[in-house]
Amino acid sequence: MKMIGLILAGGNNVRMGKLSERRAIAAMPIAGSYRAIDFTLNSMSANHLSKVAILTQYNSRSLHEHLNSSKWWDFGRKQGGMYIFAPTTTMGNTSWYRGTADAIYQNVDFLKRCHEPYVVIAQGECVYKIDFNEVLNYHVNKHADITVVCKDMPAGEDLTRFGIVSVDIDNKIINFDEKPIVVKSNKISCGIYIIRRRLLIDLIEECNAEGRYDFVRDILVRYKDVKRIYAYNMDGYWSNINSLAAYYRTNMDFLRPEIRDYFFAQEPSLKSKIDDLPAAKYNVGVKVSNSMISGGCIINGTVENSILFKGVYIGNNVTVKNAIILNGSYIGDNSYIENCIVESRDTVKADSRYVGSADDIKIVMEKNQRFLI
Amino acid sequence: MRKEIIAMLLAGGQGSRLGVLTRNSAKPAVSFGGKYKIIDFPLSNCINSGIDTVGVLTQYQPLSLNSHIGIGIAWDLDKNYGGVRILPPYEKEEGSEWYTGTANAIYQNIAYIDTYDPEYVLILSGDHIYKMDYGHMLQFHKEKNADLTIASMSVDWEEAHRFGILITQEDDRIVEFEEKPEKPRSNVASMGIYIFKWSLLKEALLKLKDIINLDFGKHVIPYLHDHHARIYAYQFHGYWKDVGTLDSYWHANMELIELLPEFNLYQEFWKIYTNSDILEPQYIAAGAEIERSIISEGCDIYGSVKSSVLGTHVKVGANTVIRDSIIMKDCEIGENCVIEKAVIADGTKIGNNVQIGNMPEAENTLLPKIYTGGIATIGEHTVIPEGVRIGKNTAVMGTTTYDDYVNEELPSGGALIKEEVL
Repeated sequence: MKMIGLILAGGNNVRMGKLSERRAIAAMPIAGSYRAIDFTLNSMSANHLSKVAILTQYNSRSLHEHLNSSKWWDFGRKQGGMYIFAPTTTMGNTSWYRGTADAIYQNVDFLKRCHEPYVVIAQGECVYKIDFNEVLNYHVNKHADITVVCKDMPAGEDLTRFGIVSVDIDNKIINFDEKPIVVKSNKISCGIYIIRRRLLIDLIEECNAEGRYDFVRDILVRYKDVKRIYAYNMDGYWSNINSLAAYYRTNMDFLRPEIRDYFFAQEPSLKSKIDDLPAAKYNVGVKVSNSMISGGCIINGTVENSILFKGVYIGNNVTVKNAIILNGSYIGDNSYIENCIVESRDTVKADSRYVGSADDIKIVMEKNQRFLI
Repeated sequence: MRKEIIAMLLAGGQGSRLGVLTRNSAKPAVSFGGKYKIIDFPLSNCINSGIDTVGVLTQYQPLSLNSHIGIGIAWDLDKNYGGVRILPPYEKEEGSEWYTGTANAIYQNIAYIDTYDPEYVLILSGDHIYKMDYGHMLQFHKEKNADLTIASMSVDWEEAHRFGILITQEDDRIVEFEEKPEKPRSNVASMGIYIFKWSLLKEALLKLKDIINLDFGKHVIPYLHDHHARIYAYQFHGYWKDVGTLDSYWHANMELIELLPEFNLYQEFWKIYTNSDILEPQYIAAGAEIERSIISEGCDIYGSVKSSVLGTHVKVGANTVIRDSIIMKDCEIGENCVIEKAVIADGTKIGNNVQIGNMPEAENTLLPKIYTGGIATIGEHTVIPEGVRIGKNTAVMGTTTYDDYVNEELPSGGALIKEEVL
């Protein structure tokens, strides 16, 4: 009960392409049975953060549907709860959330009424596991004002979509560039922060008074020389899915046994909304290799190096290769799909052919009507 | 506030004809169709029919049943008023007794039923696989102004001698009962599902309370019939399977893998709920071969699975071949195994190079009526060491070691049941 969680899940990103037409990034399906926001929610739940607020804005319907009950992540408790804060108009405010800091400011009353001394701010669009209590210990030991969870990225990766951090020998952040054109370090911010609740309220109110609305630019970057901002190095798997390529790659990472072991077999386990789907069904003439198949799928064709999300139907003589087929899609007989992402609840007609390439993943969006039985 | 109807689910029986599968758990807690347990079907039927108050009567080995049901969250039966309640036998001031019969169990829980002051009580048993709208049956019960309605279905004439047979008039009123008749006069069989007018049932139970092993079929229904109660047969048309024997249990599971199974679990309508929060997708490795099977969440398949039903978190090693088998949750099967026509219960660990079921058939020496049909039955949390061979019509349970096998073999018809040392 030392921390409350704030999850910033309002974002959109043009780099997601057509996929974000349907939903906020935090609601993007991941690894067959999960949504992006599940990873943050699970880490919070596993670390006994019992009070969690989720700030939503962009295209939030699908996300709100996913968050239909707090019981999936064990937040539905007398001491705590899961709160969804979408922007509202009030007597004093008619704006949308104008930025991350503004989103927090518009809900500052919630922060003021809490009694927990610390706040964890996290994103809803990253795939990872983290021990927030360990980060808090680090934060306290360093006497930090703000701790930023950081990760050293491998060389050769395009880091221009991240916040780039430089630290001194004590891991104190000395420079912070948000999405720079030229990248000076391979240490990036994972978008996870720990800060004392009182300090957060002060900084956010000050920010608002000055007409500033962005948490990174107007707090982290602006205060880096006057506040003790520390970098906590995260070793485990972490991936931000906010571009089409990253989304595809992050999903495909789950075909590696060590990644599945890390997320599925090791504690804490991943929880999500329960759909009560029956076991996957394989009929005659099926060939499946190196693929993940979720509950409720019915397979009649060939599936290679692919991820089938929940309730997918694969028709006769279909070939699916290196593809991601999202929830509830129907792939008609004799279709061929390679290097594609098929949008959820799509109906791909029989004899269709969609082929992308490894560098250019194609998004398949067919809006054919289909009736559920 | 009174409830119009509440359900009482009889889940206390052992189901001894399922052999080692029910050694440590009651029959309703046995897995079915991969991720489900048998009791999920009546519980899901209740909530889907709008019956939100269910008393579950437990007695035999209730632990796995209790933990499965919990407070009923999985079936939306966690209600502020009503919901699911587990009702074990309890001690009373003037002595205590077990549930000695189906009707005796209800008699001992009159107080529970009376708290809801229901108009009707639905009596269910936890050992059948079916989807049924009890609401329709209740509607029928009201339209006929019946005192008791018995759900019934037409069975094959050759099979009829195995059932309780109902002889009905044209308006579905039952005029006579025949229990497992040699020469049945009708093929309308009772499904063991009853709707009683509660006031009448309570009166009968209080009258008959001193009968030993008080049973609905043997005592209560004949009593009501003798007293000219209005007893009607509600005709059910649909899939309904008794899974009381190993053979019928195996067949009912195998029906699910047909291309278009008669019992369809893939419909959005009338969903079956279960208490499992395992969501992670199964992984099918390169080199695995799968055909005509259903495989649940979290499985890791490196070998070959044909015509089989796998529960959650089952691991199948490379070059292993599984055929015509039912493997329940959390089992680990090693590499280079051959498993044919086996029923393997939860959490069993099978070493590499084990062969099960590929031997000529022989009658079981321990319980020939139970371990039949050529099925090898492996009880829950059994350990089978590397390289052993197990024949058909066998039963294995417990942590077995090489010393338990003669020439690394348990021949067809053998039984190897080791008691756990606590």
